[in-house]
Formats: sequence, C-alpha cells, structure tokens
Amino acid sequence: MSVLELHGVHKSFGDNHVLKGVDLEVDQHEVVVVIGASGSGKSTLMRTINLIEQVDDGQILLSGDDITDPRVNADRARARIGVVFQHFNLFPHMRVIDNVTLAARRVHGMPADAAVAKGTELLGKFGLGDKVSDYPDRLSGGQQQRVAIVRAILTDPELLLLDEITSALDPMLVGEVLDLVRELGDAGSTILMATHEMSFARSVADRVVFMHQGRILESGTPDQIFGAPREQATQEFLARVMHR
Amino acid sequence: MPGAPSSWEPSELELDRRRHRKRASVRSVLIAAASTLVFTAVVWVALVNSPGWEAVKESFFNLEIGRDSFPDILEGLWLNIRALFFAVIGVAVLGTLLAVMRSLRGPVWFPLRAIATVYTDMFRGMPVLIVLYLVGFGIPALDIFPRLPAAVWGTIAITLCYSAYVAEVLRAGMEAVHPSQRVAARSLGLSHGETLRLVVIPQGLRKVVPPLMNDFVSMQKDVGLISILGAVDAIRAAQIDVAATYNFTPYVVAALLFIALSLPFIRLTDWIAKRMAQREQMGGTV
Repeated sequence: MSVLELHGVHKSFGDNHVLKGVDLEVDQHEVVVVIGASGSGKSTLMRTINLIEQVDDGQILLSGDDITDPRVNADRARARIGVVFQHFNLFPHMRVIDNVTLAARRVHGMPADAAVAKGTELLGKFGLGDKVSDYPDRLSGGQQQRVAIVRAILTDPELLLLDEITSALDPMLVGEVLDLVRELGDAGSTILMATHEMSFARSVADRVVFMHQGRILESGTPDQIFGAPREQATQEFLARVMHR
Repeated sequence: MPGAPSSWEPSELELDRRRHRKRASVRSVLIAAASTLVFTAVVWVALVNSPGWEAVKESFFNLEIGRDSFPDILEGLWLNIRALFFAVIGVAVLGTLLAVMRSLRGPVWFPLRAIATVYTDMFRGMPVLIVLYLVGFGIPALDIFPRLPAAVWGTIAITLCYSAYVAEVLRAGMEAVHPSQRVAARSLGLSHGETLRLVVIPQGLRKVVPPLMNDFVSMQKDVGLISILGAVDAIRAAQIDVAATYNFTPYVVAALLFIALSLPFIRLTDWIAKRMAQREQMGGTV
C-alpha cells in the first residue's frame, strides 16, 4: 500500500516555478531518498507534503486521503507526518523530554506519564538516556538532531520526512544521526529523505529519486541510479558530488 | 531552469479547489459582517435604553456646543503637534545617547554607565505628572533661564520621561542581536564603537521598530499633559469651553481629534509589522 502518493504537484513562488509536476509514490516500510542539486526543489517538495506550502496544482495523498483538499484539516494531516529539519528546530525553552512528548500530550491526547515513559524509553534506546532533563542548548548538534528525530517518531507517524538533516552537522557527528535513521529504516519506518550524503543514500535507500529543475528526472534502486544512471543530468550531478 | 516559462495550466481539480477557497473566504466575510452588526446593535440598544442616556447625550454629545468649540480645540491641537515634533527629535537623540551609554564596555566608562542607569531608573519610575510639575514650575523658579512659554517646559518634561523608556527599548534591541554578529564584526577588526554603529544598532533597531512606534503613539496623546502647566493646547482649550458652557462635549471633541491624530500612525505600525513578518518568514502557510 502507498503511504504517500503525489500526482502532478506544482508549486511556484511568484515567477519562480519550483515544482513542475511531481509524481511520486512511497510504499509502506519503504525508504526513499531524494537527491539533486540545491534549488532542484527537494526542500519545497518536503514542505508541500507537510502542508507548509500550499500546492498550486496536483494532489498529495497520505494513506489514500487527499490532504491537499481544502476541506481537510491541515493540522490533523500534519499530525500524521513526522518531520525533522536541517536546523533541528528544538524548542529551547523546554527540556528534552518535554520537547519529545509535546505532540503526544497536546495533539494525540496521550496521558502525560505514558508519553514520558515512551519518550524516556526511546531516548534511552538511541543513547540519549542521560539527556532527558537537559535543555537543548546543552547538547551537541548530533545529539540535538537525534532528539529531533525522537520528537518526530514518538507519535508513530505514518510517514517520516527528513529534510537534509545532516547538512548543518559537523562531519564527526553525521554518522550518529545516520545510524539512527538506518535503524528506523530497518525497523520498518516509512521514510522520505532529502540528503547530500550519497554513500548513505546508496546503502540505506530502497529507492533513489533524482530531482532536476523541479521534476523527478530519474528514479530507481540505488544500484541503478549510482551504478548506471540513464539521464545525462543525473550523470553530471553524480560526477560532481562523488568525486570531490 | 527555474523561472523558465512553462506550459502549465491549472487542472480542473485545482480550479475546483480555488472555487472552494473563494466560497469559504466569502462565507467568512459574511459571518464577520453579520456578527459585527449584531454586536453593534446590542451595544447601541443597551446604551440608548440606559436610564441616564438622555442626560448623558445632552452633556457629552451636544452637537451645537461641539461645533462651536471645534476651532479653539483644533488650534490647541496645533500646539500639541508642534510639541510632539520637538519631543520626538529630543527623544530620538537623548534615547539613543542613553542606550549607547548603558551599553559601553570597560571600567573607564563606569560613570557614564552609572549616570545612564540612574537616569532610566529614575525617569521610568516617576509619574509623568510629577516630572511635568518639577520641570515646569521648578526650573523656571531657579531664575537662571529666560522666561519661556509653559509649552516649552512641558515638551522638555515629556522628552525627559520618554527618553528613558525609548533608551531601554533600544538597549533591549541591541542585546537581542545575536552575539555571533558582534564576534563576526570584531573579528573583521572593527572597534567596539564601529561594531555598534555599523552592525549592532541597525539590526537592533529593526527588531524594536514595533515597540518604538508604540511609544510614539503613546507620546502623541501624552503631549496633551502639557496643559496642566497652563499651555493652551487641545485639552486646555476644551477645558476652557467646558467651563464656559457647563457641558462636557468639548472633551469628547478633543478626544476624537487625538484619536484622528494617532490613527494613521497606528495603521502604519500594523502595516510595517506585517511587512517585517512577511520578509523574515519562511513559514509558508503556518
């Protein structure tokens, strides 16, 4: 079953036509990695799926529900999707445990003690057990990003959107975040991820999607895309990012 | 290439969505209009049916007396506008000076820092009326200044009070600029002063534009307080007419004029705040 379906999604900002008809499907338990140059529309794609941007045309279906229908409650749709941002976006005035349990308590109506128990368990599982009561500014970037991931997955979202989550991190800290994503993928989470980490994309993705000038130019298994890209633009992009 | 022309035409689905959004927005405008109408009607009926309404109407909303007092009050308002003009310039200069004095670093500057701190503490703590009395009646009594109109002393008193508030707002804005900006400027070799002038103040000022405009709106009406020193401004002119007619309508006229004076600026403040939010936002629909 498809968790996410995009049909002909368009998005413009003024004269800038950023998404020019994107079609994409993400199946349950699938890890799909979106690659492409800066400005190719990856981030805008992620933002339209989370309904942060209103699409100009086309449809986005989440587990079969058209979430671009204006009659749909956008907050309720967003609550079904977990999002992790490039700059973590943790709430600095809340402790780690309050950050990760906020949505569960306020949006999903989970009793506070159950949310805290689940948050503590997840944080412990991902090596953050001793940070539960700390404030985010006491944590390293990698730790903050792992907390942000825990915040996104605590409510068991149908889909996890990861938008260049390692781009703001020290190279030393990228590994710990990617290991966590790998664990989530192995555990069966449905993930759509935009990234510049090609080796990670190659080893973790079930499918790699190459975006170019607002369109999905090519899509396939990591071996197909990285081993034998068909399109010239894909070949040029990979040649530039792989041989730095 | 982004921005290249494309042959995209909105689909039937999108057109349907647009029609739906349009209908929804028309509906919310209609609901807002209806609810405003009902609210106004209820308030109006309650007012008109109150037992003392006839007496209140006669002594506060007497059209004839209002019309007669209008020219005097308008002339008085012109004094308020002039006082406001000079007070704003004074506050801008003195407020900035105080804010910079308070943010000076280093032991040499301790006296200046202390003066600025004591000044802002004192003038924010003192009721404006008392400052007006002290400046308006106290300083002329020293007999060291030539005789000046009461309005001048009133303007000085207002300037002294508001400078303290504005200085604190400016300082808060300067402190809200992220320390990394200061580090970046200093590492380019800029001095502390240059860093303040070229990097910190421009950014800090932008952050505090809304509270500053709020202080300005507040000043627009507080210049009316100079009337207690005897200056014939809008409030004083109204008071004279009230005493002559035993009717309070001139006060209502003065109030309406003060509102009319501040309204354009209040709207401008809202507009600027909205535009700043738009420029800084990457928030999309949320």
